[in-house]
Order: sequence, then structure tokens, then C-alpha cells
Amino acid sequence: MSVKNNRLSPSEYAQNFADIHPPFENAEAAAIEANRCLYCYDAPCMKSCPTSIDVPKFIRQIASENLKGSAHTILSANIMGAGCSKVCPVEKLCEGACVYNLMHEEPINIAKLQRYSTGKAMEHNWQLFERKPSIGKRVAIVGAGPAGLSCAHVLSREGIDVTIFEKESKGGGLMTYGIAAYKVTPEFCESEVNYITSIGGIDIRYNQELGKNFSLQTLQSEYDAVYLGFGVGLARKLDIPGEDLDGVVDAISFIYDLRSNDFSAIRVGDRVAVIGMGMTAIDAATQAKRLGAKEVTLIYRRTQDEMPCTEHELNIAKLDGCKIIWLASPIEVLGLEGMVSHLVCDIMQLGAPDASGRRSPVSSGQTFTLEVDMVIKAAGQMPYEHLVDSYQLYNHKGKVEVNDHSSTNLKGVFAGGDCVNGGKEVVDAVQAGKDGAAAILAYL
Amino acid sequence: MADISSNFLGIKSPNPFWLASAPPTDKKINVIRAYEAGWGGVVWKTLGSQIKNVSSRYSSVNYGGKRMMGFNNIELISDRPLEINLREIYEVVSMYPDRAMIVSLMADNDRNSWHELIQKCEDAGAMGFELNFGCPHGMTERGMGAAVGQDPEIAKMVVEWVMEKANIPVITKLTPNVHSVVPTARASVEGGTNALSLINTIQSVTGVNLDTLVPNPFVAGKSVFGGYCGPAVKPIALKMLTTIAQDPLTSRVPISGIGGVSTWKDAVEFMLLGSTTVQVCTAAMAHGFRIIEDMCEGLNNWMDEKGYKTTNDFIGKSVEKITHWEDLDINYHHIAHINQDKCIHCGLCFITCEDTSHQSIHIERGHPYNTYTVKDEECVGCNLCQLVCPVEDCITMEVHRVAPEYINWKEWQQRGLPLNDH
Ligand SMILES: Cc1cc2nc3c(=O)[nH]c(=O)nc-3n(C[C@H](O)[C@H](O)[C@H](O)COP(=O)(O)OP(=O)(O)OC[C@H]3O[C@@H](n4cnc5c(N)ncnc54)[C@H](O)[C@@H]3O)c2cc1C
Ligand SMILES: Cc1cc2nc3c(=O)[nH]c(=O)nc-3n(C[C@H](O)[C@H](O)[C@H](O)COP(=O)(O)O)c2cc1C
Ligand code: SF4
Ligand code: SF4
Repeated sequence: MSVKNNRLSPSEYAQNFADIHPPFENAEAAAIEANRCLYCYDAPCMKSCPTSIDVPKFIRQIASENLKGSAHTILSANIMGAGCSKVCPVEKLCEGACVYNLMHEEPINIAKLQRYSTGKAMEHNWQLFERKPSIGKRVAIVGAGPAGLSCAHVLSREGIDVTIFEKESKGGGLMTYGIAAYKVTPEFCESEVNYITSIGGIDIRYNQELGKNFSLQTLQSEYDAVYLGFGVGLARKLDIPGEDLDGVVDAISFIYDLRSNDFSAIRVGDRVAVIGMGMTAIDAATQAKRLGAKEVTLIYRRTQDEMPCTEHELNIAKLDGCKIIWLASPIEVLGLEGMVSHLVCDIMQLGAPDASGRRSPVSSGQTFTLEVDMVIKAAGQMPYEHLVDSYQLYNHKGKVEVNDHSSTNLKGVFAGGDCVNGGKEVVDAVQAGKDGAAAILAYL
Repeated sequence: MADISSNFLGIKSPNPFWLASAPPTDKKINVIRAYEAGWGGVVWKTLGSQIKNVSSRYSSVNYGGKRMMGFNNIELISDRPLEINLREIYEVVSMYPDRAMIVSLMADNDRNSWHELIQKCEDAGAMGFELNFGCPHGMTERGMGAAVGQDPEIAKMVVEWVMEKANIPVITKLTPNVHSVVPTARASVEGGTNALSLINTIQSVTGVNLDTLVPNPFVAGKSVFGGYCGPAVKPIALKMLTTIAQDPLTSRVPISGIGGVSTWKDAVEFMLLGSTTVQVCTAAMAHGFRIIEDMCEGLNNWMDEKGYKTTNDFIGKSVEKITHWEDLDINYHHIAHINQDKCIHCGLCFITCEDTSHQSIHIERGHPYNTYTVKDEECVGCNLCQLVCPVEDCITMEVHRVAPEYINWKEWQQRGLPLNDH
């Protein structure tokens, strides 16, 4: 048993991390699917998209061969429409609400159609938006993730000069550093950021970290308004003995490394345990498997009924050959010479419903032990509580508090995305960025 | 098992489905393939004077992702030497004596040419003739095809020339490019034709290429009006057929129905409205001859289900069901009903009624699904919602008669009953 890199050949890596969402082969194929859409009124799919993309309209525009119009319909509601079409958990959003489900037929492949038009827009670099002349107002945005970029684009369209401060060397936020590599490639993320900023009026300053290279006060004094879109940080600690052993890693860092380096450089164990059953846990498990781990086991305290990931995501993990142990909660990581050797878990039972309405797991008093050499922690992410506290931003356990108009307790400081909601989806962050921009425009 | 065979003026065929005079019946190889596939008969591609075709020859209209909803051609009559056609007809008839062999004719506009052509075709074994008074392009400029069909006098004269000579049944094929097919049909019957067939193609422009700005089909940067056919023309063909089937004079002769027949259902509709046999062109050109299998099986199953033993049991049964507007029963009223268990909440009934009809559907907004119900007092029973609903039997029209007795427009007026009340 060992944790090591370079387990596969280059072609195996390439195959394992190929795009799981192949595009339509050609215009005919897209047209056939587009023509299946019923063009619903007050469409359930649109109402189930957090950014309210006019789905029937953009699909009809594919059918009528008005691809520019289609891309404009999508991107005017969601500037990350291309990325969203690759990463949205559509079965619980637009496609989950498509009326075809009620006929027990396959829903319209909305995301694939969305990929089709937005892909063409990016490929041909169609300039679908025109920036109004500068009105001489300046807004600072912290974080070049989906929330920050979406806010920046709306503001720039309205003639505002935007400066984004980003701590990493690339834009896109978790899109670039967090989401599974088989959903989006680094090249795609980079071109999406470039496409968004090609409207002009958006200056991204990389390697600039709030709290390290500059302070919130500086931004407040130098800009007319500030938007915070810095997301959430590392994975929640397990607070169990053995957590510091070599071989226990945090899912976010594991994925960050995998997204920023060559796959062959990433170390992974023979037998890996992943703690949690959210999107991050699934992504960590499937990618550990795709990096060549022999056995990957997902461990979750509750049952499938309570799991936070979607069934579709769970199936990806299952198809990748990941094992799942329901109703198990880790209580100790055992080591041998400083390296992980075993994981001890409590066997749980479902008790009374908790605050979230889900039945809470309680220990049965029995345990079992798994032989593992790597433990990936993916039991939720921790907001930047310290940073937020240090600027006297009202917050709830580190999640920035905002009013209905995206406004924080500090004058001229707005916030949105994961740093406010504690971690949802890209599409929610994009909507938050739009809301923030609308609030800022009203404020200026 | 029902008997689906057909007897058209003594011309027998194992089923009532013939291939219309067009490329599918243009030569021996096609016709043999058609017979092997099971077609009951053919109307051989029109024979006549020497011509020359151009390319391209076809264009089509696609709709909602479906190809060839409408089909258009600028082809002329047979462009092969007459002798070859006659020899092949002879060969095919000897190989398949049980199938109908009708030969379509369009001779030059003089008695002698017609007589000569008729003689040659009868010698070749033709079982019947179809006079092409319908081709809407190319031939009209030379006083043939539709030019004959559009003028009842000329049509009658040509039919008379033909009847002087022909010893086998003669069908006159009507052009739809007239305000009514009835005058030419009557003239032809007066001239002695034994039967009628309709429709030939409808003059059309299928579209304009938005890059070259040249309409379709493209011939060296130019186009011409073509003849339209295929599923798109079926409703027009059925209407024209009905006028012939209802006219006291023209209804005396048998009819071969043509225009947009693609399935056994289409064929049955033509037969219910008075066709003894049905001819097909576009559907075969779009899918190949194999469509005949389902046409025969579908017809057979339908007849068995309805208890019809032969096609004569139902031919023409719907003709009298089409009446005059002023004879319709004004007291008949029906109202749409939405079955909530079947509704998928697409909202199409609501938006179409609200925008373009009578604002008769109530909407209760929900997330993500709205609930739609019919406002009974507002519904005029127009059917629009039922037509746009994508779910079978979700919207039904329920009868709520205004009064039990039948009353038509004339009586309504005489009694001074209210007008413009909706
Ligand atoms: C493993 C994983 C998988 C996921 N998979 C999906 C998925 O499949 N589909 C989906 O829709 N969503 C997914 N998500 C969630 C999604 O990525 C986030 O909801 C979304 O990226 C949030 O956008 P954001 O702009 O609010 O924050 P982020 O994307 O986190 O962007 C914040 C940006 O701020 C920068 N930043 C942070 N601190 C500072 C600072 N102090 N100074 C300057 N810059 C700073 C960060 O570097 C980052 O670029 C996933 C998340 C994770 C962790
Ligand atoms: C390419 C083509 C060529 C045709 N040529 C003839 C012809 O030579 N003589 C004729 O009477 N009708 C001709 N027609 C008309 C067909 O016989 C038929 O009346 C018409 O296509 C309507 O039937 P459909 O809808 O099944 O195609 C032609 C039609 C097509 C498409
Ligand atoms: S952005 Fe996401 S949720 Fe919205 S329509 Fe597109 S794929 Fe669906
Ligand atoms: S619900 Fe489905 S069918 Fe209706 S508009 Fe949306 S994608 Fe089209």
C-alpha cells in the first residue's frame, strides 16, 4: 500500500479525464433535439434555472438557426452560460423541471443545447454585448470567481470601470480550481474568462489577496463601491484523532492540486476513503479513482435519502467503481510510522429529524475498521471566518450577511456567491453577481 | 382478413395503392422493384413529345426538423425515347399481369398525335390511360399539361379525341392550379372520360436561399415555379376531391385520389372521400417502395376492426358528411376540458388562447408548474387549445348543447336570434 503519483500512462490519464459531456456532433443533431422542445409558456425549466435563462427562447433560436441570438439569450441572463452548461447539476435544476419528465420521457437536453450555442459564441468570439461609454465610476471586486466575473460583466456593460483583485494566478474561481477536471478543462476556463472580459472595462489583478496585499478599507477609500465574491475556503476539519497523519488530505486542496498540475504529478493512495457525500466528495472520489487508485470508498453518516449530491452525481461515482458505505461516521484515523493505515468508523442509525429537517444520524455504538492508505476529507467547506471578522463584516459563522440588495453592513460594500451562501453552485454565484451589480448600480 | 383488392373500371389490382405517374414509374427497373415490394399498380411516367430536362430538378420544404414535408419539382414528362418506354411496358405487363398498368399520356395538341400514341400504348399492353392535363411547368408553355386542364373547352376536345380511339378505360388527371377543379372535371366527363384522378402538383416557390438570394430549385442562378406535392398538399387535395365526389355529374365516374398520401391512414381518408384507388409519389420518393407493406397491413387491420369486407364497403362514406356552412347546427356547442392528471403544465393552451383566441383559460401560477383550467363561460369551443396540447387526450371537448333541437343559420336569422354574442 502506498500513496504515489504517476500511476497511469499519458493516454490513460487523457482518457480518464476526457470531457464527460461530449457536444452535439453537428447542427442537425442539435436541431433534432431543439425541435423536440415544446416551447412552453412561463416555462418550468426557466423558472428552475437560478439565472432564469429563457430556455424555450434560446432553444427555438437554435431550431431557427439564429445561433447568435441564441447565445445572446443565454449570456444576457448568465454570462457563464458556457461553463454552466458543463457543470450545472441540471437534473435538479432546469432539466429536472422539464415537462417531458411528467410524460415519463427524457427531458430536453437543455445543457447540451446551451453548450452548443455558447460554444459557437466562444469559438467565433462573437461580441454580443456592447459596453456603454465609461461613466467615470470605479468598482473593486474581490475574487475572479463566477460571482465576481458576473458582477463585473454587468457593471462594465453599464459603463463602469471594474478592477478585480484575485489571489490566484488565474481567474474562474472554483470553476478553474475546484470543479472536476472531466467537466471543465483549464483551457476552457481560461478562454471563458477571456471571453467574459473581452467586453473591456474589466481589469483583473492576479496574485492580489485581500487581507495580505491590501485591505478592505483601501478599496473602500479608492473605489465608489466594493463587491466581495471570494467564495469559501478549505474543507471542514473532522476533529478526530489521527487527522494530522501523512495521507489525510483536504478534498479542496487535493482537487486544487489536480486542477493546477499535470495529472501524473498527483499522488493518490491504493485504497482511498472519502468522507462526505456532497458534490466535492463525489468529485474527489471519482478523480482519485481516475488517477489510478485501486479502491475508493465514500463514507457518509446518513443514507441515500439525505445525501446532498444528486443521483446523477452518485451514479458517476458508482460507474467509476467507487464503493459507498452509508451510515458510517469516522472516529479515528490509525497510522503506521506516521502514515495512514486504517480508518475506524462508527456505525450510525437514523434518529429524529434535525434542524435541516433530515433525520440525524446517531451512533449505534458499534464500529468497523477499514484498511486505507489515504483519507480525503470532504465534509463541507469552511467560510473565511477570520478574514470576515477582521473587517467587522456581519456574518454567520463566517458567511457574510447581506440584505435583500446584496449589501453588507459596511457602506458601499456588497457581497454574493459562496462567501454569502456558504457554498452552492456556479449558477447561483452568477445570479448573485447579477444581483450585486444591480444593487451597486442603484447605489452609485 | 379483409379483401383489400381493387377493381377500377375492370382494371384489377391486389390493393388500391398505385404509384403516381412520376420518376418512381419511369422505367422497367423501378416498376419491377415496386411490384416486388407489393404495389398494386402504376401509372407509367407520362409519355409524349420529346423533351429535355434541366438540373437541379427538385427542392423541398422542411418543417420542425422533418424533411420533405412539401416537395417541389420542375421536371417534365418522360425524357426517354418512346420506343424504349413502350418495350419496357410490354415486358413489365407480361411479367406482372395481375398489377394495374396505366399509361400517362400528354401528346402534342392535335388529334393525330393523340391517336398515334394511344395505338402504340395499347399495342404495348396498357390496361388504361391517364391523361395528364396537370403538369404545371414546362409543358404549359407549349399548350400542353395544365394549359389543357385549365381550359374546360380544350380539355373536353382532347378527351373527345382520346375517346374516339381508346379501347381501354381513360382517366383524366386534373390540375389543381384553377379556382375550382369542377369545370374541367365536368367538361372531361361530358367529353366521355371513364374516370378522373386528382390532384397533380400545385405551382409553388419552396423558398429562397438566404445566401445566394436565388429561390429553389437553383438552375444556374435562376429558378422557376415548380409543382408542389407531398404531405403539405394533402388537405388541399382532399378538398378538391370532395368537390368532385359531391358534384352530380362528376361523381358518376370513379376517382383515383392523389396528393400527399404517405400512410394507410391518408389513403383511407382519400377513399372515404370518394377515391376508389389512391396514388402515391412523394412518400415513395422520400422513403422508397417499402412503405407499401405498412399501407396494406394498416388498411387490412383497420378494415377488420371496422368490419369492412371489401373497400367498396367504405369508399365514399364521408362524402355526405361535408355540408354547407349554412346547414351546420348552431345549437351544437362544446367546451374544452383539461384533464389535470394528464396535464404536463407546458402552458401552450393558455398562451395561445390568451394571445390569439378568447382568453378562456385560467392560470394559477406555481413553482415551477402552473395550473390551467378552462373558464367554461368564456370558451367558444374553437379547439385551438386541444390542437396545441402535446398530450394525447389531455384536453377533450365536452358537448354542452345550447338547446336540444337542430337549428341552422337560415332559421336562426328568420327567428331573429342573437348575433355577435361572443
Ligand atoms: C470540489 C467542488 C466541486 C464543485 N462542483 C460543482 C459543479 O459541478 N457544478 C457547480 O455548479 N458548482 C460546483 N461547485 C461549486 C462552485 O464551484 C461554486 O459554487 C462557485 O464557484 C462559487 O463561485 P464564487 O464566485 O462565489 O466563489 P469561488 O468560485 O470560490 O471564487 C472565489 C474567488 O475568490 C478568490 N479569493 C478567495 N479569497 C480571496 C482573497 N482573500 N483575496 C482575493 N481573492 C480571493 C478565489 O481565488 C476565487 O478565485 C463545486 C465546488 C467544489 C468545491
Ligand atoms: C418529380 C415529379 C415528377 C412528376 N411527373 C409527373 C408526370 O410526368 N406526369 C404526371 O401526371 N404527374 C407527375 N407528377 C405528379 C405526381 O404524379 C402526383 O400527382 C403529385 O406528385 C402528387 O402526389 P404526391 O403528393 O404523392 O407526390 C410528378 C411529380 C413529381 C414529384
Ligand atoms: S444555466 Fe444551468 S440551470 Fe440554467 S438553464 Fe443553463 S444548464 Fe440549466
Ligand atoms: S420545459 Fe422542456 S419542453 Fe418545455 S420549454 Fe423547457 S425544455 Fe422545452
